[in-house]
Amino acid sequence: MLSRRDWWIGGGLVAAIVAVYLVSFALAPAGADFGGTDAAATGMLDAEPWVRPIFTPGSTELESGLFALQAALGGVILGFVIGRLTGRRK
Amino acid sequence: MHIAEGMLPPVQCAAWFAASAPFVIHGSRQVLRTVREHPERKLLLAAAGAFTLVLSALKLPSVTGSSSHPTGTGLGAVLFRPPVMAFLGTVVLLFQATLLAHGGLTTLGANAFSMAIAGPWAGYAAYRLLGRVTRATWPPVFAAMAVANLATYAVTSVQLAIAYPDAASGLPGALAKFLSLFALTQIPLAIAEGLLGVLLFGFLSRAARPELVGLGVVPETTDA
Repeated sequence: MLSRRDWWIGGGLVAAIVAVYLVSFALAPAGADFGGTDAAATGMLDAEPWVRPIFTPGSTELESGLFALQAALGGVILGFVIGRLTGRRK
Repeated sequence: MHIAEGMLPPVQCAAWFAASAPFVIHGSRQVLRTVREHPERKLLLAAAGAFTLVLSALKLPSVTGSSSHPTGTGLGAVLFRPPVMAFLGTVVLLFQATLLAHGGLTTLGANAFSMAIAGPWAGYAAYRLLGRVTRATWPPVFAAMAVANLATYAVTSVQLAIAYPDAASGLPGALAKFLSLFALTQIPLAIAEGLLGVLLFGFLSRAARPELVGLGVVPETTDA
């Protein structure tokens, strides 16, 4: 069973994570498009790739969907582990 | 951290593969050994891999007006030592290179070296060093997560600078250019990743205490 102190610490950490992102948004330059730094780094390179990816998502929507799928897969595994560990304690 | 497919010269791709391979092979043996000798730790192993899978899939906004990825490799490095993360991180990168066109197969060695090897080792070093200074658990865990994140991008900057030295200022100039692109963007992400790591570690130190004691991560007697 989580103590009152545990709830406060957990809540405080979640609030701090949210605060980090709110501050990031607030300090970001006006009109920023939040493009990826990986893509920005690639754009800075004065070269053409000598090999193409074996698979390229057809659209940015599909790419976002595949990233969401990866996060979901990890989330399901992590959720399963947390559930098993929590159940074991009861 | 994801150097795109075909963006490193073939010789450097081969060199980074050669540098990463021993770590990844050793890591895969460590994972198999853990599963065989300590089956009760499989849940924690899954948690370490899943944490990296989730965090490296997220593209989060930062103060610079761009967005970037956390890595999530620090937690596994603390729990199982860095060699295990060399294997788990490479599996995640392979998944992204083949299914998401993020990173690449030719640059897998370089990306594995930055995210799955250098990041976890740097994070683990920070964890051990801070562990000698303080008895509290959270500062070393926070440092492990944040340093693993920052070190990953620092190494990526070095890799890009070696491949693309600046015409006027050479390697130092190129390194400064790539570090300036990544460094400021990564700082808020590293802080958030550190906080998330502390949150998850706090949960695990209660819910999986016997395993963490067995791993030597938390002491047997006192609370984490």
